[in-house]
Formats: sequence, C-alpha cells, structure tokens
Amino acid sequence: MSNDSQWPVWEVFLQGNPGIPHKHVGNVHATDAEMAIQNARDVYTRRSEGISIWVVPANAISASSPEDQGAFFEPSNDKPYRHPTFYKIPEGVKYL
Amino acid sequence: MDIQQAKFQYLLRLGDSSLIIGHRLSEWCGHGPILEEDIALINIALDFVGNATSILAYAGKVEGKGRSEDDLAYLRDEREYRNLLITEQLNGDFATTIARQFIFDTYMYFLYEELKNSKDETIAAIAQKSHKEITYHLRHTTQWMFRLGDGTTESHERLQNGLNDLWMFTSEMFEMDEIDALLISEGIAPDLSIIKANWEKRVNEVIAEATLQIPTTLFKQKGSREGKHSEHLGFLLAEMQYVHRAFPNATW
Repeated sequence: MSNDSQWPVWEVFLQGNPGIPHKHVGNVHATDAEMAIQNARDVYTRRSEGISIWVVPANAISASSPEDQGAFFEPSNDKPYRHPTFYKIPEGVKYL
Repeated sequence: MDIQQAKFQYLLRLGDSSLIIGHRLSEWCGHGPILEEDIALINIALDFVGNATSILAYAGKVEGKGRSEDDLAYLRDEREYRNLLITEQLNGDFATTIARQFIFDTYMYFLYEELKNSKDETIAAIAQKSHKEITYHLRHTTQWMFRLGDGTTESHERLQNGLNDLWMFTSEMFEMDEIDALLISEGIAPDLSIIKANWEKRVNEVIAEATLQIPTTLFKQKGSREGKHSEHLGFLLAEMQYVHRAFPNATW
C-alpha cells in the first residue's frame, strides 16, 4: 500500500431513518473528514438514502479474518434457543 | 418598460447565469481530479441546470408568448443571453474552476437569501428551494478554497492565478439598471448593494483564511446586461444547442 497514490479511504455509514442504526454502504477517498462527509453525501445520498452520515478512516477499522469463521461463528449454528423467536413483538415497534 | 417586461428580463438574468455556469461546470464530467469530486461537481452542475429550468419556465410564463424553458435555453442566440460574464468563463485548471465557483456561489448564496423574501411568490418559492442547494455548493467550494489556498506552493499559486484572472468580472455582478430599480421598488428584487456588502465580507474572510491575496485588478469587464459577452459564450451555446437545433422537437 505504500505505493498507493490514491487519497486515504474512508468507510461510509448511512442512517436511513431516525432511530435505526447507521449501516455500512461503501467507501470514498478523501484527504480529511469534512471532504469524506461531502464525498459520501455526493456519492451515496443522491436519491434520498439517508438523514445522517458517519465516516471512519478505513485503517481505523479492525476486522476478524476469514480463517476465524469456524471458531467464531459456527458454534452458534446449533443454538436456535438464542433467537428471540419465542417472544411476541409489541404492536407499534417498527425497527426491531 | 412595464413590470412584466422588467420581470422577464430579470428572470433571464437569473436563469441564464444558472444555466451557463451549470453547463460550463458539466464539462468536468469524466475529467474530475478524482471520481468522488467528479460526481460532486456534476451534482452541483445539475442543481444549477435544475434551478435554471424552474426560472426559465417561469420567465416564459411571464413573457406570455408561449415560449417554454427549452425554447428559451436552446433557441436564443448569444446576444439574447443575459448571463453574467463570470459564468461563461472557461474551466481552466481545477483551481480556476474553484475560484470561479467560489466567487459565483457566494454571490448566489446572498442573492437567493434575499430572493426568498421576494413579493413575487414564484420567485420566492424557487429561491427557497434553491437556497438549500446553494448552501451546499458554497460549503463545497469554500472547503476547496482553504485546501488549495493553504495547500502546496503549486495549489496556492494556481488558485491565486485563477482569482486574479476572474476578478475583472466581479464588479458586473452588482451593477443595477432601471430593471433592478423598478423591481426593487416593487419588492420583487433585492438591492444588489446589500448583496455586495455581504459578498465582499465573506470573500475577504475566506481569501484571508486561505492565505490568498485579494486581486488588485482595477479593470472591470461588463456587458452581459446588454447581451455583450466574452468570446467563450458562442462556443458554449454551439455545443449546448446543437442537438436541439439539429433535431427540433426530438423526444426520447
């Protein structure tokens, strides 16, 4: 990456409606946070996709590696009792 | 000149400036310094063209001769265009484009802020909608003023050169004639001396913070009020109007 002539990458998160979490939608190049927010606005919100933007420097994100998949995620496959499917959802709760 | 004729001319000034700077900016499409900025510039260009569409549609209505916004955009010649000279100036390098956009965005920001209070309801409604877009344009170009002005020696020099080259077109933006006087007295148009004071204050602040110098150019170029343009407008119109004139009333 040291020979990369591009500007730093920022990951973009959009909130679609009040009260729901910001979701990852992609990334942009930018030299600073203000530029990253503006670029995200121009690239990802042209069709009214969001009401709030978060940008995070891509190198600030730590990720699990593909090799961890077995140890991390498979143990929960046979534990259906962890799913909250046995509860009734109260009326009026939209984004649960 | 009656009120209706004055309003028609005034709307042409507003609409033509937006249309021409929008078209000029659209020439960056596919040539932006990076993909994201390319998209940003074209978004802004589209906002200008959208604003021009609303204003020229209303101009056609005010004129009352059945001309649509397309008729006004595509079937008038250079001498009938009333856009400010700065809007037709060439893109040059990226810094020159930013200088032009910053000068004009600041002007449009304060002008439309006043137009929101126009006694003409349609103008006020268009200004209300456009002012939100312009607020973003100005924020975008102002950030670039700081980045380039207070950036490298080369970016600083290029931006200063852009400002110096364009400065002679700034005084024309605040000129007023009998059309302005009539519409000001009717509460339809704002007094441009108010816009000028706001514009100078903001431009001086940004130029200082961007470590640039206010150009010392004394020469003032004007003429757009009478349809006298620089050599660049004719070429721009030739490209913009070609398809419409080659295939009249074509649809898709």
